[in-house]
Amino acid sequence: MRRLTWFNATSLTLGFAFLYIPMIVVIIYSFNESRLVTVWGGFSTKWYGELLRNESFLDAAWVTFQVGFFSSIIATILGTMGAYVLVRGGRFYGRTLFSGMMYAPLVMPEVITGLSLLLLFISIGLDRGMFTIILAHGTFAMCYVSVVVSSRLVSFDRSVEEAALDLGCTPFEAFRLVTLPIIAPAVISGWLLALTLSLDDLVIASFVAGPSATTLPIKVFSSIRLGVSPEINALSTILIGIVTIGTIAASLTTKRAVMRRQREERMAEQAG
Amino acid sequence: MPQTAFEPWNDPDAKPLIQFRNVSKRFGDFTAIDDLSIDIFEREFFALLGPSGCGKTTMMRMLAGFETPTSGTIMLDGQDISPIPPNKRSVNMMFQSYALFPHLTVYENIAFGLRRSKMPKDEIDARVKQMLKLVQIEKFGARKPEQISGGQRQRVALARALAKGPKLLLLDEPLSALDKKLRQDTQFELMDIQEKTGTTFVVVTHDQEEAMTVASRVAVMDHGKLKQVDTPDRIYEAPNSTYVADFIGDVNIIEGYATKQGDTVSIAWSEGHSPIIGTPSKPIADGKVSFAIRPEKIAISAERPTDRNNIVHGKVLDIAYLGNLSTYHVALPDGTIIKAQTANSRRRSSRPFTWDDEVWLSWTDTAGIVLES
Repeated sequence: MRRLTWFNATSLTLGFAFLYIPMIVVIIYSFNESRLVTVWGGFSTKWYGELLRNESFLDAAWVTFQVGFFSSIIATILGTMGAYVLVRGGRFYGRTLFSGMMYAPLVMPEVITGLSLLLLFISIGLDRGMFTIILAHGTFAMCYVSVVVSSRLVSFDRSVEEAALDLGCTPFEAFRLVTLPIIAPAVISGWLLALTLSLDDLVIASFVAGPSATTLPIKVFSSIRLGVSPEINALSTILIGIVTIGTIAASLTTKRAVMRRQREERMAEQAG
Repeated sequence: MPQTAFEPWNDPDAKPLIQFRNVSKRFGDFTAIDDLSIDIFEREFFALLGPSGCGKTTMMRMLAGFETPTSGTIMLDGQDISPIPPNKRSVNMMFQSYALFPHLTVYENIAFGLRRSKMPKDEIDARVKQMLKLVQIEKFGARKPEQISGGQRQRVALARALAKGPKLLLLDEPLSALDKKLRQDTQFELMDIQEKTGTTFVVVTHDQEEAMTVASRVAVMDHGKLKQVDTPDRIYEAPNSTYVADFIGDVNIIEGYATKQGDTVSIAWSEGHSPIIGTPSKPIADGKVSFAIRPEKIAISAERPTDRNNIVHGKVLDIAYLGNLSTYHVALPDGTIIKAQTANSRRRSSRPFTWDDEVWLSWTDTAGIVLES
């Protein structure tokens, strides 16, 4: 192990402190006995209990989950289709415009996206609620999915698809039996990305949500305007926990896949 | 082997399996195939040979159905195949990159095409086992493509393409990814498999040695046109143009002016040198010609030979030692460099000639090819 230089050690400490001290504070205060957020009154888990009894938080969490689930599925299907056409469609008329339009929402300010969706829903007379949030999230997350999937499509050998056609597949069968299994990791990471984007979106959701449906980020944001309650700390701690476990699980899976591949390559060398 | 020579192209009654009739293919302004017509016969091992960009891959992709001709027709077994999509053609292809399905095992890769054709399960199993045996990879059926070596992948690709028993098998640079030793062994296996299955093979390659070894006929292509279609020995010994002579093997090409002298021609080529005596394969008119001669047809000696008409004198400029052969680059007084090759048939003999030695080069009247230019 190389020793860190004085400069590197300092910047590392400062960087991590900057990133993680706020979260650590939240976690610590979620176990605070006192109702006052800034005064330590001893250890307690009572706010977790309070949280589980709070109907409006539970409702918001359930809505968020449903919105995330359905919108990420819509985004994954549409995004994959869009990426496939962009990468494999050849040079069709209007391709440049299409690809520009596909990627524009990535750089579009969320406020604009939210506002224009709101105006659209009003003008076509669609009642705002969970359904409109799903539509809104599905459309903007689709662009992210398309970016992830198209980078995978670009890097894989076209002749594999041609081989499937050559061996008697219709174009659709070739996609289902060969292309999709090969790009599956990218489709799954696109889906996870869409899910994450939907779960933590506040701006677009607050434009298109109606009184009947509130997502968790909206709920959190509106309740801290009335003052931070210890329940919010408890909720944040739970969310941090879920994200941490998810991240660790994902990196462990990747690491195992890499190790398995290396082992297989060694086997192939010996076999050759 | 006691069998009559396989030469359907010389039989006027033979029905070709594939016919290209005035086929052209253009990509925008670029003409990949230029008004090309050719017949390929059943059970042939046909090689399309040419530098990259000559149109050989386009021809193959048109046969497979991935490209359609801009004009002209391609017939397979007397049927125009242009409107038939690739999945409905009785043609299979072995891709240069092998294009194995990475998510399927070797067994599933080979069974892939059979499963699409709604064959009963037990028949598929029998056929796959037969294919695994044919290409000698029975042990690796359960492995994924990334778990086997390059040479084994090549075999899987071949087995997968042959599994459906196509009328025509296309091979795109089939051996280019293998190292030289493995390539030579595999060439003979490929010929063996072709003979066993009786399938017509069309192979695309830029490797002239590979084409010469495996093919019954070779088509040399350049800029979307066929330069010569002939058996490997005729391509080598009787090329019809300087392009073909130059593309296949090593050759000395001397420009000159021919004058007819009975059956032979006398070619004046450089002042101060006596004219070259050559024998054209067909009568030619007096005029400018190219004289092409292979290095191994030129003898090199220290003494002036007396039994030959074509003798030149020069100095050894370079020696390329190839193990079995040595190639001498000899500079003539006028600056022309002529390559001569000798077989190193004896071990331990010191090299007969070395740099700057004065040598005599000679060849017979029929050793070279006279080409009108």
